[in-house]
Amino acid sequence: MQCGTALILGLKTILQVCSVALLELDNLNIAVASKDKLLPVVHDCSLSLAEHETLGIVGESGCGKSLTALAIMGLLEGSQVKITSGSIVFDGQNLLEMKPSRRRLIMGDRMAMIFQEPMTSLNPVYRIGDQIIEVIRQHRRISNQGAKQRALELLELVKIPQPEDRINSFPHQLSGGQRQRVMIAIAMACDPALLIADEPTTALDVTVQKEVLDLMLDLQQRTGTSIILISHDLGVIAETCNEVAVMYRGRIIEKARTRQLFSHMAHPYTRGLLASIPSVVTDTDWLEAIPGRVPTIDEQLSGCAFHPRCAHTKTSCSQTEPPLIEVQEHHAVRCHFAGEI
Amino acid sequence: MADQPLLEVKNLSTHFKTKSSASFTARTVVKAVDDISFHINPGEVLSLVGESGCGKTTVGRTLTKLTQHSIGKALFRGQDILPMSQAQFRPLRREIQMIFQDPFASLNPRLTIQQTLAEPLFIHKLVSSRDAAIQHIKEILEKVGLDASIMKRHPHEFSGGQRQRIGIARVMIVQPQLVIADEAVSALDVSIQAQVLNLIKQLQRDNGISMLFISHDLGVVRHISDRVAVMYQGKIVETANKHDIFDNPQHSYTKKLLAAIPKVPTYQGALSHAT
Repeated sequence: MQCGTALILGLKTILQVCSVALLELDNLNIAVASKDKLLPVVHDCSLSLAEHETLGIVGESGCGKSLTALAIMGLLEGSQVKITSGSIVFDGQNLLEMKPSRRRLIMGDRMAMIFQEPMTSLNPVYRIGDQIIEVIRQHRRISNQGAKQRALELLELVKIPQPEDRINSFPHQLSGGQRQRVMIAIAMACDPALLIADEPTTALDVTVQKEVLDLMLDLQQRTGTSIILISHDLGVIAETCNEVAVMYRGRIIEKARTRQLFSHMAHPYTRGLLASIPSVVTDTDWLEAIPGRVPTIDEQLSGCAFHPRCAHTKTSCSQTEPPLIEVQEHHAVRCHFAGEI
Repeated sequence: MADQPLLEVKNLSTHFKTKSSASFTARTVVKAVDDISFHINPGEVLSLVGESGCGKTTVGRTLTKLTQHSIGKALFRGQDILPMSQAQFRPLRREIQMIFQDPFASLNPRLTIQQTLAEPLFIHKLVSSRDAAIQHIKEILEKVGLDASIMKRHPHEFSGGQRQRIGIARVMIVQPQLVIADEAVSALDVSIQAQVLNLIKQLQRDNGISMLFISHDLGVVRHISDRVAVMYQGKIVETANKHDIFDNPQHSYTKKLLAAIPKVPTYQGALSHAT
């Protein structure tokens, strides 16, 4: 009897653990094929995203944040970029071992993505209504009329004024903000469990950016979708995400709950990134810029990826690469001296 | 500092007639810049801030005579530059220089850095010999934080941040009085942007340059300016010194703009970054 209860309890915990993590990346490595060799661009990336959570990935250009997103979406197929090792487990299934045909059923249905430039990701020669309907009919057995009805609902959901007229518009007839709303409508068409947004507001003005971010969070409240938000803007990340991963040169160098991160940044790069942003609320005479530049991917570097630019570098930094260590619960840092500096 | 502003813009308008695509549609007039006035004192940085399409870039292009104005005056040291012919304006081009947004598009890919930087020196007859030009180039490269050994290289060999430094060097080498910087740091990554902003501020202060800093980024604007003009739909809706704009905005659009910026939580640890 007792044994049985224990077993049920045990099973419950296992089930809970399973249901909590929607997406698990385990030691994902990505490399670019260049001439005769493979240049690593993402190193040992481990992430986990629970349901209803918003994870922010922040970093500068070339840090590997977009490649990680494309790998999750399965959009690296056929490019020069290859996943060399690791696993991506979504809904309990390893996506990397899945047949492409099965994986395509998930793309656009259970997981969807929106991109930075809505003009290049919408097809300019099709009406926006048809582009929404295409996704719905791809994944659902539904009549054209039913799909159109659903498309109208979606346009209303993303707050496009007069959806009955707008459904017949071409992308060039919409403003940048409206186009991004249409992209969100397409992404949300099949109620995805995971929405990946790669710099969704970078091309937009600040006032429009706020509207689009508010819309995404509002939709998340209603549908319970998990979001991965990729951005170079720490402000956007701070205002929208529960969790943050900071990437530098293909590595996650700091990972924490948002509040934890902003109350105690442990990695010198994260601090440097924050100090580099001129504030709108306080005056700064000089910015504490991080010296130097990000090394290019073909530059060989031993030890910590950040050591040539770090103010705290010691000899061990250039010799061994630090692992990602938990300094607190939910707060991991890739630095030899995380606790000390 | 001086009684007379270096640049005084009075009731400037720049209108564009749209080309009629179909033969029967009427031509419409776009009022890109609509009756704006402002001034810049010697050694002062005025920022022009607003969202895309508000006309801020057109102001910069009108003042450098890259775009034809419609009505109004722009007095540079009391002299109206707008009715001047290109030939009449040419001597003033040395004094009014422009830093562009895209460091990938604004450098001639076929010229070496040395050729790029020597060109303005010879055009404006600031040097008489090749040796003197090279001496000038070495000095300016050091000022913008680049090594003199890069002179023989071409733009494609440099990163975005380095290219923007080269663009700044090309502007500074002719010792301008007024620099118009149009989104000069917008294309750069955050950590590089901070370096270039510090550089622009340093050069501006050291040389007492007046600057019209055009930007959509309010954090950058607060950092660099003395005064700020907020533009909306071709008009300036509010001009004030930067503290009044940021801490006590008056116009509803300025308030809306400030409220929309995602705020980074302040964190004291960030300030001790360099220690």
